[in-house]
Amino acid sequence: MTALNRRHFLKASATLAGGLVLGVSLPGRGEEKSGSVGEPAGPHLAYLVQIEPDGKIIIGATGSEMGQGVKTSLPMIVAEELDVEWDSVTVEQMPLGIKRDSEGNLAWLHVSQGAGGSTSVSEGWQPLREAGATARQLILQAASERWGVPMGALTTDRGVVIHTASGRRAGYGEFAAAASALPLPENPPALKATENFRIVGRSQRVVDAEAIVTGQAEYGIDASMPGQVYASVEHCPFRDGSVASFDDKAARRVPGVIDIVPIEGPAPDEFFTVLAAGVAVVADSTWAAFQGRAALDIKWHPGPHADESTASLREQMRQALERPGQVVLDDGDVQAAFAAADDSLAADYFVPYVSHAPLEPQCCVVHVRDDGADVIAPTQSPSGASRMVNRLTGLDRMAINVHISRLGGGFGRRLTVDYVAEATLISMAVKRPVKLQWTREDDLKHDFYRPCGLHRLSASLDDRGRLTGWRHQLASPSKYYRRPNVEADKMWEAELYPDDPPRRLLPNVQLQYYSMQSGVPRGSWRAPAHYANAFAVQSFLDELAHRAGQDPLAYQLELLGESRELPYEQHGGPVFDPGRLAGVLKLAAAKADWGKPLAGSQGRGIAGHFTFGGYAAYVVDVTVAAGELRIDRVVGAIDCGLAVNPNGVIAQMESGVHDGISTALRLEITLEEGRIQQDNFHNYRLASLRDAPRVVETYIVDSPHPPSGVGEPPISPLAPALTNAIFAATGQRIRELPIGEQLKS
Amino acid sequence: MTTFTLNGEDYEFAGAEDTPLLWVLRDHAGLTGTKFGCGAGLCGSCTVHIDGRARRACIIPVGAVADKQVTTIEGLARDGLHPLQQAWLEEDVAQCGYCQAGQIMAAADWLERTPNPSHEDIEKQQTPLCRCGTYARIRKAIFRAADIRREGAVTLVEPDGQEVST
Ligand code: FES
Ligand code: FES
Repeated sequence: MTALNRRHFLKASATLAGGLVLGVSLPGRGEEKSGSVGEPAGPHLAYLVQIEPDGKIIIGATGSEMGQGVKTSLPMIVAEELDVEWDSVTVEQMPLGIKRDSEGNLAWLHVSQGAGGSTSVSEGWQPLREAGATARQLILQAASERWGVPMGALTTDRGVVIHTASGRRAGYGEFAAAASALPLPENPPALKATENFRIVGRSQRVVDAEAIVTGQAEYGIDASMPGQVYASVEHCPFRDGSVASFDDKAARRVPGVIDIVPIEGPAPDEFFTVLAAGVAVVADSTWAAFQGRAALDIKWHPGPHADESTASLREQMRQALERPGQVVLDDGDVQAAFAAADDSLAADYFVPYVSHAPLEPQCCVVHVRDDGADVIAPTQSPSGASRMVNRLTGLDRMAINVHISRLGGGFGRRLTVDYVAEATLISMAVKRPVKLQWTREDDLKHDFYRPCGLHRLSASLDDRGRLTGWRHQLASPSKYYRRPNVEADKMWEAELYPDDPPRRLLPNVQLQYYSMQSGVPRGSWRAPAHYANAFAVQSFLDELAHRAGQDPLAYQLELLGESRELPYEQHGGPVFDPGRLAGVLKLAAAKADWGKPLAGSQGRGIAGHFTFGGYAAYVVDVTVAAGELRIDRVVGAIDCGLAVNPNGVIAQMESGVHDGISTALRLEITLEEGRIQQDNFHNYRLASLRDAPRVVETYIVDSPHPPSGVGEPPISPLAPALTNAIFAATGQRIRELPIGEQLKS
Repeated sequence: MTTFTLNGEDYEFAGAEDTPLLWVLRDHAGLTGTKFGCGAGLCGSCTVHIDGRARRACIIPVGAVADKQVTTIEGLARDGLHPLQQAWLEEDVAQCGYCQAGQIMAAADWLERTPNPSHEDIEKQQTPLCRCGTYARIRKAIFRAADIRREGAVTLVEPDGQEVST
């Protein structure tokens, strides 16, 4: 958590109407440092708190809203300390805010923006509270001067200043102008005691809910700029392939087609090698661009990965595991533990490449002018978009305006800004605003996929079936794709998190990694490696419990032990408390009638996982009859510290349930002769409502801890809870995802 | 030239008749509430009503709606909110929200003919995809909307889908 400990990061000034605006900025996390000097131009909608003389209160939403709820939860935190009526607050999406410090380095203008790693709430918690409290303090100070009473005699209630002794009351708006001229308080004002919260901790509706159900909410696909043209790109079907030649005569004859722009393929070691080679068609409408594209005749150079197939990569992984791997964790003496064991068990688990497939295909609008650029994008990384435009155009970072639209889903896909790069290149070529629209086929075939991986887990056991040694070997192409700064021997860091349990729960633990080569682009997919690791680890623990003839919950609780703080150095640390993981397992189990007998064709499974500071567990009930799987009920429990918006936390758990089910049931990306085989939802079959359980229940642990993010923790434990339930129902152990047709065999 | 009724008003499209209705709505009529998700009739994000029936606008050439009534999410409620929109708010269904216009338009058609839906009805008829995983709330909201439509009949829907009449 970042404390707002240096006052000068706050900045107050007057709005055009003479109200108070308050911004807050923190040293940048991940902002780069190069570039020339300049000040941000344009209107400062970007301030966190804006109080107009007429009493209107606007709170800026700093992060990218992709369904994870931060456009609601982050402003709630500000509103709480500002002490206003939540329903009367207007929330507005802030554009990217960056600035140059006195040394010319770039930093965030306010707080870090973008969304990834479930950090928005945990990192924003303290600074956003302090920002709200500071604005309230300035209003109080202005009221105290106006009324000639000491500040201590004033209180506030829902946007109204009250002088209790005289009964005087006035809305914040009346003091907004005076407050904007006051110096900021020396020290951060006292924050509310959590028991006095009226907004935080109470369920609030998604702020854009009404706009969404009436079709008014603006996504990237709905954005436009005056004079824009429409573009669609035919991408090279081979990874790192290129355009050999193309004939655009027919395409140019398509009515509405304006221009054809070749896009050069990846140049090694360049920042923007996320780009695929292709040919863009620019037209006066989306459909004309699609039509023109269909009329292109392109010959491709297939590039270096034209022979790659899923089967060959899988075989390489299998062979790799027969050799010693790179030892990345070696606690105790695993070899000795196995030598002295009464029993041992080993099992392989496989997870495939999967695509993010946000329902809104990639899109954006970019206008590159001589003196600057405008970008409207559904991006999780607005600063990445800004850097990309800077690299391609040479324009000053401060002259690049990046507006964040709502995102029609993100899941990590929109941390990569390849589509912004394409639109930028096309706009540079045609010198007009360009609205780029990908198709679903583009989106599925040109993703930065969640890596596939083959996991081998081995355990040594004592005479009571208890773990004495643990070895986890993983062969996978690392998520670190085209990261020139990452050394070959660090590729594992994106795939194995050494401090995950069972480390420190038993003395002998070893992790080995095998870095596989693949031409398939990889990237962050919701909870990155946690999905795969939770599947392998939580399945294997279930196998061990059954081997020992023990109840899987009891087996895992004994392993986790009491509540205590263990060091956790990877993202989501600094501590991991096995007692909190045990807590969510127990809560889900209790609510789901764990231990109660089920009908013959039914089964019940449990799994839990720690992801990015949050603890989540599920109990899944299934029925398997004649090879048909029906997921009857999912009961979830989460410990995310203080639940800022309980309704939003529940929504994210439900999201984890459905995304977990969808991914486990049928989703996989496969390659044949260097080409991705999936191209639309008929062969990349997302779960439909028919696949979804009729009963989904969520329970939130009443936790004294500060809030963690909730976008990612809910997904990882779902798949193993499901496959453990399938085992309970059928005796069939699913060790490979997706489940697909395995139950039919 | 294709003429049709769009949300109650006359609309003329001068372009090619094989242009999918979806892109006429989005790029020409400026009605962006209807979404593009797959372009192949697979996801339901683009669901609109043609003469009152739910259809996927990405695979309907505009020529096929000549002289017909087309209703989009923007025109679903004549004034205020449709019971489904109301129910969607009450259950706070949306996550990213991208699929929700299509979800509501799909349900608005079949619920008309199945005013008292069961879980099976919902599973059979509510086919648009939601990538975010709002299916649990879509179920609840459809049950809730059915209640709102029945006016006066107060039925609570328990989390397990049991209906409890009060
Ligand atoms: S966009 Fe029409 S069904 Fe998917
Ligand atoms: S709410 Fe995001 S796709 Fe349904």
